[in-house]
Amino acid sequence: MSTDFFAACAAAFRLIVEADAGLIAIVGLSLIVSVAAVLTATAIALPLGAVVALARFRGRHGAIVLLNALMGLPPVVVGLAVYLLLSRAGPLGAFGLLFTPGAMVFAQAILVVPIIAALARQTIADAWLEYEEQLRSLGAPPRLAVWTLLWDTRFSLLTAVLAGFGRAAAEVGAVMIVGGNIDGVTRVMTTAIALETSKGDLPLALGLGLVLVVLVLAVNAAAYSLKQAAHRRFG
Amino acid sequence: MSRAGIGLALALLAAFAAVPTRAQAPFIVVASTTSTQDSGLFGHILPLFKARTGVEVRVVALGTGQALDVGRRGDADVVLVHDTEAELAFIAQGFGIERREVMYNDFILIGPGTDPAGIAGTKDVAATLRRIAERGAPFASRGDRSGTHAAERRLWQRAGIEIDRAKGAWYRETGQGMGPTLNIAAAMPAYTVTDRGTWLGFRNRQDLVVAVEGDRLLFNQYGVMLVNPTRHPHVKHTLGISFMDWLVSPEGQRAIADYKIGGEPLFFSNYAKPAD
Repeated sequence: MSTDFFAACAAAFRLIVEADAGLIAIVGLSLIVSVAAVLTATAIALPLGAVVALARFRGRHGAIVLLNALMGLPPVVVGLAVYLLLSRAGPLGAFGLLFTPGAMVFAQAILVVPIIAALARQTIADAWLEYEEQLRSLGAPPRLAVWTLLWDTRFSLLTAVLAGFGRAAAEVGAVMIVGGNIDGVTRVMTTAIALETSKGDLPLALGLGLVLVVLVLAVNAAAYSLKQAAHRRFG
Repeated sequence: MSRAGIGLALALLAAFAAVPTRAQAPFIVVASTTSTQDSGLFGHILPLFKARTGVEVRVVALGTGQALDVGRRGDADVVLVHDTEAELAFIAQGFGIERREVMYNDFILIGPGTDPAGIAGTKDVAATLRRIAERGAPFASRGDRSGTHAAERRLWQRAGIEIDRAKGAWYRETGQGMGPTLNIAAAMPAYTVTDRGTWLGFRNRQDLVVAVEGDRLLFNQYGVMLVNPTRHPHVKHTLGISFMDWLVSPEGQRAIADYKIGGEPLFFSNYAKPAD
């Protein structure tokens, strides 16, 4: 077993050093798909989180519980639902999206929205407790109040977005079903790992896994240094 | 949903459709089996087809049952699978047309080198399975409605064993593809039925060896069909047929026969032109 593990580390090292064109394409697609999914999800989830945090409406408590619960959506269930939606026999079949990167972005965005929305809601609700009086005494209109809260909590929200990215980059269940793991078209890191496991090439599979971990680490490091730089700049 | 919401949803869908894919060449989607992909056959023959025609073939590799489902829903243009009975039903129900037999290889019975069922040297697969059942030696089944699973169930039937009764005891259904099932069989260790192509391409054999091969019952035929364009008008009729034509052309048949691992051929082309 330990020999397998060292073989995997060696495989990962070789993969990174050789930077083979096939691998770069797979890594690139992984990044494009997950980043696109997270951007889409952020655009939906931040306003959603803010509304649930600040607006007072019937069923708000239910909405909060629902958002929190949906953070645990099983990727394979989302994959299946999106598959049935996008299938030629399904309601959105006419777009011909199934087995394309677009379908993978769609599915991952659905997985990520509840994560970002639920974490953002909590952050914004906490900030509201702190700033409520101030904002009210200034007579800020609701829209401005929302913007102020979003801006003031931006660093915490960044962590919520990164949590969403982690989920998107790591999941295999949804992209396998809606993307189909087509070589050169919809093959990403996680589906490539599943494929190599199928072929019994466990060291290569684990090696690819290590590359994925390094990639996620790099994205997080980049986000962190960006945050530090912004801290220094804007305080 | 508000009008703005619908507008946003439509804009998102359009944006998803525009996510760049590497190649914008004409392409078809082929739903096929894991055996053809995991064995590396497609990696060998598809570049040849693309060089000849410029058409990209996008393969979604699933079990035969799942691949037929994808075809039934109209999500592929061509289906290439290995379960003659299910293929003929697919045609009879009007989901596919123009079925052609393309190639064959064989199933093999794989098992632990220690031979817990004491079957070394047997050539008769039905007798072997009876022996495994008698001794209750661990057996890993796909259990996923794939072509290999269907073939395995037919073998138990030929052996006169009601396999559903043994479920959970020594007969374990993995519910996964051939590769994962071989990984499980290697770890248990257990006997299992696999197609030869996947076995030859498989790297994590550990103690597993070929236990029975060469029985006539182990024949494994692959067939290709076009998804019925009358039922699904968006099916790429001409491109799909051109791929099927190429597979059964002398060039395509040679490409299939030429694919070898360690000098051993994985598939044998056997297209027979229908007599007219």
